[in-house]
Amino acid sequence: MKRLTVWLSATIALVLAASAQAQQPLKIGFGMSLTGPLAGNGKAALISMEIWKDDVNAKGGILGRKVEFVYYDDQTNPSTVPSIYNKLLDVDKVDLVVSGYGTNVIAPAMPIMMQRNMVFMSLFGLNVNSKFSYDRYFQIMPAGPEPAIDWSVGFFDVATSLNPKPQTVALVGADAEYPSLALEGARANVKRLGLKVVYDKSYPPNTVDFSPIVRAIQATNPDIVFLASYPPDSAGMVRAVNEVGLKTRIFGGGLVGPQFASLRTQLGPLLNGIVNFESYTPEVASKYPFLDQFLAKYQGRAIKEGVDPLGFYLPPYAYAMMQVLEQAIKATGSLDQGQLAEYMHKYEFDTFVGKVRFAKNGEWSIPRMLTVQYHGVAGNDLEQWMKAGNVTVLYPASYKTGDVKAPYQDNKK
Amino acid sequence: MEISTALVLNAIVAGLLLGGFYAAVSVGISISFGMLDVVNIAHPAFIILGSYVAYTVHERFGIDPIAVSLVASPLYFLLGMAIYRIYYLCFERRGQESLRGLAFFFGILFITEVTLLLIFGVDYRLVETSYSSTTLRLGVVDFPLRLVVPFAVSMAMVVGLQLFLARTFFGRAVLAVAQDQLALRLMAIDPVRIKEYAFALSIATAGVAGAFLIVIQPVQPAIGREYIGLVFAVCVLGGLGSIWGTLLGALILGLAESFTSTFFGPSWAPAVSFGTLLLALAFKPSGLLGR
Amino acid sequence: MRNRVFAPITLAVAIAVIAAGHFVANDYFLSAAYTVLQFVVLATAWNILGGYTGYVNFGSAAFFAVGAYTTVFLHKWLHAPLIAMIVAGTLVAGLLGLAVGYLTLRMRGVFFAIATLALAVVLNTFVVNWDYVGGARGAYIILPREVPFGLPRYIHLLYAAMALMVAFALIVARAIQTSVIGRGLAAIRDDEVAAECSGVPTLRLKLFSAAVSGALMGMAGTTLPLYLSYVEPSAAFNLSYAVNSIAMPLIGGMTSWLGPLIGAVLLGTVQQVVQVTVSSAWNLLIVGVLLVVFVTVAPNGIIGWVEALRRRAR
Repeated sequence: MKRLTVWLSATIALVLAASAQAQQPLKIGFGMSLTGPLAGNGKAALISMEIWKDDVNAKGGILGRKVEFVYYDDQTNPSTVPSIYNKLLDVDKVDLVVSGYGTNVIAPAMPIMMQRNMVFMSLFGLNVNSKFSYDRYFQIMPAGPEPAIDWSVGFFDVATSLNPKPQTVALVGADAEYPSLALEGARANVKRLGLKVVYDKSYPPNTVDFSPIVRAIQATNPDIVFLASYPPDSAGMVRAVNEVGLKTRIFGGGLVGPQFASLRTQLGPLLNGIVNFESYTPEVASKYPFLDQFLAKYQGRAIKEGVDPLGFYLPPYAYAMMQVLEQAIKATGSLDQGQLAEYMHKYEFDTFVGKVRFAKNGEWSIPRMLTVQYHGVAGNDLEQWMKAGNVTVLYPASYKTGDVKAPYQDNKK
Repeated sequence: MEISTALVLNAIVAGLLLGGFYAAVSVGISISFGMLDVVNIAHPAFIILGSYVAYTVHERFGIDPIAVSLVASPLYFLLGMAIYRIYYLCFERRGQESLRGLAFFFGILFITEVTLLLIFGVDYRLVETSYSSTTLRLGVVDFPLRLVVPFAVSMAMVVGLQLFLARTFFGRAVLAVAQDQLALRLMAIDPVRIKEYAFALSIATAGVAGAFLIVIQPVQPAIGREYIGLVFAVCVLGGLGSIWGTLLGALILGLAESFTSTFFGPSWAPAVSFGTLLLALAFKPSGLLGR
Repeated sequence: MRNRVFAPITLAVAIAVIAAGHFVANDYFLSAAYTVLQFVVLATAWNILGGYTGYVNFGSAAFFAVGAYTTVFLHKWLHAPLIAMIVAGTLVAGLLGLAVGYLTLRMRGVFFAIATLALAVVLNTFVVNWDYVGGARGAYIILPREVPFGLPRYIHLLYAAMALMVAFALIVARAIQTSVIGRGLAAIRDDEVAAECSGVPTLRLKLFSAAVSGALMGMAGTTLPLYLSYVEPSAAFNLSYAVNSIAMPLIGGMTSWLGPLIGAVLLGTVQQVVQVTVSSAWNLLIVGVLLVVFVTVAPNGIIGWVEALRRRAR
């Protein structure tokens, strides 16, 4: 009888403990740009992640535990990052961490992740792991195993497919972290393809008038013009290009900005003919199952909170990032960082952006950044962009919906 | 790169147009700092405020942003008067050094920026006016109206200001208050009132210049900080207290930026502009047209 | 208290602070403290030229960034040890301060302020275009696997280094303040023309002040690349360094070495707390509001306010 009582109490205690453990929320911590220059994207990402959290909790959470976020505003300022992640891990005792948005805030967190052996899922930083070679780093940006180079490989692939083959290239971009890296990658592609560089300069991000730059580029008569820029200078360059009347066979490549509603509506028809990168566009919606449901939820919230109402650039991938983690945790049944890392390196994941597989360095094993061309944009309304029709997908081959139209100046309709 | 006459001519025109814009954003500092000795480092914040006001009215009612800001300039004037009142009561009257005033305006700069941030968010705002996409062509030279219209209004504003200060009684009182306050008092003119109006005038120019800004480029609340250096550089280069000096300084910096961008590499443009300023400060600190 | 006594006491306090940090198992405290201590050095440095001499430096970020980028350069070129990078960064920034002073200190104080602004832009452009230190792409500093002196993690070393720097800066600031040089600087601050007429070697003193101020600011920046592991120009030349280095002495009190310390600890801690609680644009708003409030209500900073209370109590 005594043994039975002991046995029973032990079992009850264990069950109680297990359910107490199950009541403890699963905390995921991160810094995010809610103010500062990249806050537009940061806020969009946060909304997407919160939608994921609500979806997951509606289905009962992960491992029976409710998911909770602990996050702080990193102000797009790298010097806040070490304190934020130290607090998350030491004081808030989060179970998992993910990164903020952009290389600037991902890189400073790396040493801390490496010291604590945490899995670090990161959101859109170009080529961060090349210097650290950390085996628990994972990147949700679909650039490819060599991100800086793969970033523009689609653009140059399309460019060199033109007949006759273009010979000369002008490279231009802002003096900021992403554009410099993109340009570096572009140079590698240009070298590989044996093209001749006739212009290779960068400009300060707060340049007011871009027309002298465009004129200088025109004076070199390039066949290809590759631009890597952030939203304000993307807008400035696109306007200058239209004002000066740039004549070249293909223009674009690395503009951040035209993916968002604000620039699409403000620039409108000025975007016609530009070849650029997109991470998602309605033309290929069939390849992204269930994404439209998520986008509907996202767009509803985004409009209320004054954030990009289209959500084609970052939101699908921010959600996918959390899906990967969710599946890894469920599959391994634990939060052990080592087991998670091993699992994530080995297997493929099913997400809203399709199947995801990671290379050894944590980047995507196969690039999936879409190279597109804008066309048929009329007026400055947003409706035309919500559905298919203004974008032709040129690369990768499995996503292609049409051919590129050249030269640039003849296709501005 | 083939250096054609077309390229050079366009670089000159672009530089002048840009310089005209720079003159508009800086002429207020020429008054507040050059003539009144008030280190209004929050000047760019009022420019941005003007941008957002112009943007909001344009979005709602479709009125041209520059027209909006001209109509709104009395409001900016009143705002300037209020700010000067506070500044005077807290600092000048007590005879504090300009450092405290500087810190005060720093505070104003941040408070304004954050308020705009909380109201409008972090997204870049841009306006498309009826002339934003039109470019006039005279021979081989381009005149994009996006820059020409602000340039024209800016010139009118600067010239008007100069005429006002040189020809009208009030204007000359402002010049006098910079030189000899006691004499002014002896003439039964309240120097504080004069300074208040002059400062208000400088804020009004900032508000109008804000409309130019948003016609030319996308704006978000933190952009003001990038103009702090520029506005003081233009005024110091041209000579403090001289409106023509400010105009000259602005045109020079605009041309320097345009030429560096076209022929050497846009990256170096800020270094050329501010390097010019450093040299000017080292060798002729009173500026080009300063006394 | 004579400096001979002050210096060892300060060092002892610094070592106690370091030891206390060692027992705190919390890296968050160390990284937050690192940031606050960094601001103490920056504020103290600024105050030597700004508070003691009356010359406002707008370009604190330039000197700070020079310290940071000297570290990047030496790390890339020689993999230099930490102490060498700190010393080098301090010296280079000091030379820069001297050069800028020589160019501009012969004119009215306000021109010096604008020149420092211009300097920050010129240096920023220069660094952006300098490929060797990464330019706009930024530079990665990979920390060594083993931490020197057997400390558990690198942040402990950075925290210790910063605490020692604070001690050094305070000792220097107090030494200047209480010495003949300090009296000369105060004379310059109060009335430069009168000082010159009384035989004070104003130019030499101003140059000295600018050089020391610049050097200490550079010293504050030398460990930044190691703290972040990644430095790029917009982070190093951030306006928040310029603003805080003016705001903190102003709030604390500019006439004494104690002022920047109080101001930096107060404002810095508030910023750290806000960052992880309210955590948004409010941080900037708080700096702005505090600046305005202090400058209107307590023009001589906290020290001045305390002194006024004491005087009233008498």
